[in-house]
Amino acid sequence: MYDFTLDRPTTIQDAVAALQSDEAQPLSGGQTLIPTMKARLAQADTLVALSGVAEMRGICTDDQGRLCIGGATPHVEVARETAQSYPALAYLAGHIGDPAVRARGTIGGSLANNDPSACYPAAALASGATIVATGPSGARDIAADDYFQGMFDTALDEGEIVTEVKFPVPQAAAYAKFVQPASRFALVAAFVAKFDNGVRVAITGASSDGVFRWAEAEEALTANFSPEALTNLAPPTQTMISDLHGPAEYRANLARTMTARAVKQS
Amino acid sequence: MPKDSGIGASPKRREDVRFLTGKGRYTDDINVAGQAHVAFLRADVAHATLNGIDSGAAAAMPGVLRIFTAADFDGVGGLPCGWQVTDKHGQPMQEPKHPILAEGKIRHVGEIVAAVVAETPAQARDAAEAIELDLTELPAVVDMKDAVKDGAPKVHDDLTSNLCYDWGFVEENKEAVDTAFAEAAHVTTLELVNNRLVANPMEPRVAVGDYAAHDDSSTLYTTSQNPHVIRLLMGAFVLGIPEHKLRVVAPDVGGGFGTKIFHYAEEAFCTFAAKQLGRPVKWTSTRSEAFMSDAHGRDHVTKIELALDADNNFTALRTDTYANMGAYLSTFAPSVPTWLHGTLMAGNYKTPLIYVNVKAVFTNTVPVDAYRGAGRPEATFQLERLVDKAARELGVDPVALRRQNFITEFPYATPVAVEYDTGDYHATMDKLEAMIDRDGFAGRRADSAARGKLRGLGVNCYIEACGIAPSHLVGQLGARAGLYESATVRVNATGGLVVMTGSHSHGQGHETSFAQVVADMIGIGDDQVEIVHGDTANTPMGMGTYGSRSLAVGGSAMVRATEKIIAKAKKIAAHLMEASEGDIELKDGAFTVAGTDKSVAWGDVTLAAYVPHNYPLEDIEPGLEETAFYDPNNFTYPSGAYACEVEVDPETGQVEVLAFAAADDFGNVVNPMIVEGQVHGGIAQGIGQALLENCAYDEDGQLLSASYMDYAMPRASDLPMFAVDHSCRTPCTHNPLGVKGCGEAGAIGSPPAIVNAVIDALQSGGHDVAHIDMPLTPARVWGALNG
Ligand SMILES: Cc1cc2nc3c(=O)[nH]c(=O)nc-3n(C[C@H](O)[C@H](O)[C@H](O)COP(=O)(O)OP(=O)(O)OC[C@H]3O[C@@H](n4cnc5c(N)ncnc54)[C@H](O)[C@@H]3O)c2cc1C
Repeated sequence: MYDFTLDRPTTIQDAVAALQSDEAQPLSGGQTLIPTMKARLAQADTLVALSGVAEMRGICTDDQGRLCIGGATPHVEVARETAQSYPALAYLAGHIGDPAVRARGTIGGSLANNDPSACYPAAALASGATIVATGPSGARDIAADDYFQGMFDTALDEGEIVTEVKFPVPQAAAYAKFVQPASRFALVAAFVAKFDNGVRVAITGASSDGVFRWAEAEEALTANFSPEALTNLAPPTQTMISDLHGPAEYRANLARTMTARAVKQS
Repeated sequence: MPKDSGIGASPKRREDVRFLTGKGRYTDDINVAGQAHVAFLRADVAHATLNGIDSGAAAAMPGVLRIFTAADFDGVGGLPCGWQVTDKHGQPMQEPKHPILAEGKIRHVGEIVAAVVAETPAQARDAAEAIELDLTELPAVVDMKDAVKDGAPKVHDDLTSNLCYDWGFVEENKEAVDTAFAEAAHVTTLELVNNRLVANPMEPRVAVGDYAAHDDSSTLYTTSQNPHVIRLLMGAFVLGIPEHKLRVVAPDVGGGFGTKIFHYAEEAFCTFAAKQLGRPVKWTSTRSEAFMSDAHGRDHVTKIELALDADNNFTALRTDTYANMGAYLSTFAPSVPTWLHGTLMAGNYKTPLIYVNVKAVFTNTVPVDAYRGAGRPEATFQLERLVDKAARELGVDPVALRRQNFITEFPYATPVAVEYDTGDYHATMDKLEAMIDRDGFAGRRADSAARGKLRGLGVNCYIEACGIAPSHLVGQLGARAGLYESATVRVNATGGLVVMTGSHSHGQGHETSFAQVVADMIGIGDDQVEIVHGDTANTPMGMGTYGSRSLAVGGSAMVRATEKIIAKAKKIAAHLMEASEGDIELKDGAFTVAGTDKSVAWGDVTLAAYVPHNYPLEDIEPGLEETAFYDPNNFTYPSGAYACEVEVDPETGQVEVLAFAAADDFGNVVNPMIVEGQVHGGIAQGIGQALLENCAYDEDGQLLSASYMDYAMPRASDLPMFAVDHSCRTPCTHNPLGVKGCGEAGAIGSPPAIVNAVIDALQSGGHDVAHIDMPLTPARVWGALNG
């Protein structure tokens, strides 16, 4: 690990201010950043720890009935606190990594990182969540549909942090994850969310563009919310990842299979 | 005798107390005053000419003491290979130099190019990153069959080709084997891969070199399975340090699985640099370095054929194997695909004619050497997959086909040069069948089908060879070492014992089970016996621990030394009781005179040995300490039958192992709990190989599975509860304990059971799939289902 200094702000304002230098980087649960730094694949002069920012932790419900989760809330807390209000989200959070990872890793870190195999991006996209990004000029709302911009890429500006994520709660939803045997991230996973006005389906792990909405499946499921509706559908294979753990056709198969399983479970 | 003591009892492992409470003393826990740290600059390309190394800027960085390159090792030997194989034409294998630091050429990703010694590990690493290499990249050879084609890039320019050797075994059998195939009623053929593995012991390798100027002696602390072997190889062949000036210490070692047998460049480097700098030098491997510098395992590509007569008797077996050596010959690499593999090809069967061909090949990959089972898993996997395929082709029950061809008379001389002393293959198969409720399988399969799953049952047997020996024979086969083991038993004045063994424990529980053996012979509690191992300064020259040899060979040395102790103690007891030596009996820690009520306690005799006031000084010396070296006259041959049930999800290709049963014949068993644990660990590794683990390179020689993000280790949730039995016992006929060895059996016997079960599941679902190469990942199984 290269040397760095650690800044421990206690308010969003101080955190954002501390991040305005070029060489500063936010540190949330550290479950991605610390291993990367240990392997000397990442370097920062200053790490700005978000874990001490109390206003970024915790879960509440807003007047629109949305679940509002602080950006520095660890997975274990989401798994526990949303078990009644949004079981599909609780299940997802409860199946990230292992207990140690869930105790430290956070929703904000996961969404900021936007790993193409990560779980949370699927929940945010399928739920139509709003990501609250705070920077020097204040907070702004970013719709999930605009937020994910490709593998490890998001709509966050330099110096902005994810301070909150607001999830509309669907009528029915489920997350079906097929684990990559080594990392146990998603080899492919599907989050299906059924709302009054239609069904949203987000697929993670499969595409080199990162998480995506599978429009064809959404249409079919909006018309007929049953696994059978997917029988002859397959997501486009051009952007599917081919690697050690499976070729593109396999990932395409898993995308359909996991979507069908999510429909069945929801 | 307390019932949790002595042979056959299962006392808890005494070493676990320190391991589980964080009080183990591993090599990384050793810090020598004044130590400096080394960071190695490792190649990130697989094949290149090394034109120059610019370390000017790096040398000026903070804390840097010295930067070493190959030029600093002029006059220092390369890493030696401990086994020379003779090819089918009677020629010695091609043996390239294995330099400590890359000399003029880089031959695999991870090879050490330069070494920076600095005050702190971070400073050393910073400076290593600042070294500039002038390289000309060369095309890499990764695939073995490509590597032996004409015109392939050569890994070693001074060799005639990438072929290390072409070995025929037994060459004289070849014609007869070919004839038998020509006359066969049925021939079954199978082409398969035995996947390359990374051993991944929990503790990565560590080395600390120390030099004492006052007596010109060197000490190496290292994560080794065999400190004496390292002392001999490094002292005699690499650095030219006589053994009385070199001490090698392997303290607590956190798992080895074979990969810590070998003498590595880092060990020689730290020992050498410590003397050069006059400072102790320490290296602790990162997990990333371990992936690209610990010797890998397996990596065979095989075509195997079985000839059967019209009654389904096996008449001949023929194999054609490519074995990957990697870029250099690791310490025992050449022996693994030959003498540890070809000799096992008879398996449990009385096939009269066998011919094994092995081509060992150099490639631009990490060196490959022994990994848990070493050669025997490769032999067992191909044979047991082949027999299963034959049964399916012939439409006969795979268990019945095996039973029909079992060897039943012992001793049995195989056509591949070994003689099985004992065994009862029907007995272990009977036991297995009783354990797995074969009759209920159809019902369980129907249950699975109702849930949309395909259920399969896989069965196989195995034979293996442990305690490789005897020395005079392995010498003829090319071993450049002996294969005896040693023990010194030191009895203290007050009756306690210290047993110093040349074998080494790195998870096997020797400190517990060896104490049971010695205590049992004397009739005292295990707690009276301490086992000392791992330091060449206080143990007799021994060959270390691998090949499931420690109890069979090292334990036998201990028995011999203890017998000498008892013989001498009886003389002392006879003197004390004024009786004749021939009438003395030792039982439960007391000496008695047959037919009388005279008795003297063990502790009185041991005290007399060291306080010889009333002592037969004219006949025997004072003291009670004996050493024995034991050189077995044969291998031991554990065997067994394994079964597993799997469920395949046809939609995803996911394989779930639902049940696993192992019936082993290990001969006599000293500590059943430890044996069970060894089998559990072995099966877990076998399931890892069969379903999860895959060390993969791309065509440029880049390691794709270079971390746990891509290299899948088995976890508890991947494994079912194991049903393990070792009640079938045909004791080894030629060692004093009648033991055979249990450390590798699980890893040897389990992969074919898994693959056989998956193939059974797929075929039962109407899929025409004859074979899938390991690991049977979900993607591969799904591919086979949809291929
Ligand atoms: C063993 C293991 C298993 C895992 N398994 C899974 C899994 O199955 N599924 C899964 O989805 N994930 C998995 N993860 C990743 C885990 O969920 C991480 O917690 C997550 O990816 C990153 O969150 P973090 O809080 O740890 O972020 P950090 O590691 O602290 O930061 C990650 C990146 O985001 C930036 N960042 C952090 N917080 C913010 C913020 N609020 N605003 C803007 N930028 C920010 C950092 O600067 C850094 O670049 C696993 C991790 C490990 C170590």
